[in-house]
Amino acid sequence: MIHLLTDGVSRRALKLLAGLCLALIAAPLAASDYLITVLILVLYFAYVGQAWNIMMGFAGQLSLGHALYVGLGAYAAAALYVHFGVGPWLGLWVAMASAAAVGAVIGFLAFRFGVGGVYFAILTIAFAEFARIGFDHWSWLGGSAGLFLPVANYAHNDLLTLRGGPTMFYYVMLTMTGAAFVVCHALLRSRIGYYWLAIRESPDAAQALGIDIFRCKMVAVVVSAAMTSLGGVLFAFYYNNLFPEQIFHISRSIELILGPIIGGIGTLVGPIVGAFLLTALAETLSEILRWAGIDLPGIKQVFYGFCLLGVVMFLPDGVWPPLGRWLGLAREEGER
Amino acid sequence: MTALLEVAGISKSFTGLRALENVSFVVPEGSIVGLIGPNGAGKTTCFNVVAGVTRADAGEVRLAGTRIDGWRPDQVCRAGIGRTFQLVKPFAGLSVMENVLVGALNACASVREAKARAGDIIEQLGLAEKRRAMAASLTLPERKRLEVARALATGPRLLMLDEVMAGLRPTETDHMVALFRTLNANMGLTILLIEHVMRAVMALSSGLIVLNHGQVIAAGPPAEVTRDPAVLECYLGEEAV
Repeated sequence: MIHLLTDGVSRRALKLLAGLCLALIAAPLAASDYLITVLILVLYFAYVGQAWNIMMGFAGQLSLGHALYVGLGAYAAAALYVHFGVGPWLGLWVAMASAAAVGAVIGFLAFRFGVGGVYFAILTIAFAEFARIGFDHWSWLGGSAGLFLPVANYAHNDLLTLRGGPTMFYYVMLTMTGAAFVVCHALLRSRIGYYWLAIRESPDAAQALGIDIFRCKMVAVVVSAAMTSLGGVLFAFYYNNLFPEQIFHISRSIELILGPIIGGIGTLVGPIVGAFLLTALAETLSEILRWAGIDLPGIKQVFYGFCLLGVVMFLPDGVWPPLGRWLGLAREEGER
Repeated sequence: MTALLEVAGISKSFTGLRALENVSFVVPEGSIVGLIGPNGAGKTTCFNVVAGVTRADAGEVRLAGTRIDGWRPDQVCRAGIGRTFQLVKPFAGLSVMENVLVGALNACASVREAKARAGDIIEQLGLAEKRRAMAASLTLPERKRLEVARALATGPRLLMLDEVMAGLRPTETDHMVALFRTLNANMGLTILLIEHVMRAVMALSSGLIVLNHGQVIAAGPPAEVTRDPAVLECYLGEEAV
């Protein structure tokens, strides 16, 4: 198992990775509560960005409706907790199963009938919109008035029911992001990973080499959906309130993919780097504005827009590939 | 010799255009057969029917006695037919090694094993120096070799080559011819090739099939076929005699 993770990774990269892990683990000791909440946001985007990257970056299937899986995961786990008192550690399995099932339905419809590219992207948006409108009218889940989780006393952390302060959520989110990185790393070096890359590059050639492209794409959408839903579960228990109008909204789907796009689609580290850059810069910007006493609503979105513009124009492969080379981590051309 | 590939009565029309009309031929096990004919004769359509890319309107395709017509391309590949594309389709964003590795996974139980196999085949095709290079950075002759390497890596019983020598220099063509001869002699690999480079066709083939206007107009040993008046008229021209 260990060799799967270290194969083909330079010592320098391992050292840097270990250093980064230690810094992140130690962060709550030094960081303020505010910084912790920012870091939770960063890790959340790094996590769901990695999940989305499996579909787009690895298998080449553009989904613009990943908020659907976040929302499904969040609602599934939250509903079980609110209505039946089922804790998140059991609820997450239901969340992952329902997201995977919905992902499989979308995937089947698209891949069985040859819906690809932009049309597939539109299909994913459509399903997220269905969910948004549907959940808006589902009174058992609170409808448009929202679903609220009972808020616990922040004085103690209860990991079993995920009730507690930001530090606990920080560590849970950090573990998930780390686990997602390990999973993506292993996937990319496995048979299915190479098949995904082949399909991304040329479906015709991939099929001629014996790859069942329908099956592989289905695996990609199911894995990506299930992973994304886990982010939703955390989202629900961290924010304690869910509104269909927010969680399924297309802006959430877009927000989720900005990290990987800025960091580098199809790279392992890209989604994480992108999440750090975007969130950290956006928070710094709003801090500066707050300090200067300027109130500009929507400045974050404008800022995201400029970041995207800059990356698309000057670094079409994302920030990570050149950054990785500059740090001396990419030993050879084609290293991800 | 027993037949490895049998094509029986294949017909295919593209909205009014008769691309193939009742085409039948046999590729014996262990042979190298050339499929020749003028442009638009239906050679690539014929390949696509066998490979499962195009569905024939009528007829049967058998590989070692098993009917494979109607199968998907990936199923045909797993059944033992490797093919190259006339317009090469490299995985541009992957390295040469990764390109061949994807093919090798079809023949290997593990990624580790596939890596070793891909390495060997890259060596054989003379791409060893380029193994880490992105496929997008290769020259056309190199891409043609990559195309062959990938198809070969899938571990086929029958290798179908669609104009892999077009655009190669004579020395490169000779190198390729020598490689196919070796593969055929040492590993018993059966080869069906579409080719316009007659120098290569004549050097390799133990049998020729000539297509014209979607019909087989001649088939047999190269020496006979190249003297057939109908073949001379439609394809080879007088000077070939």
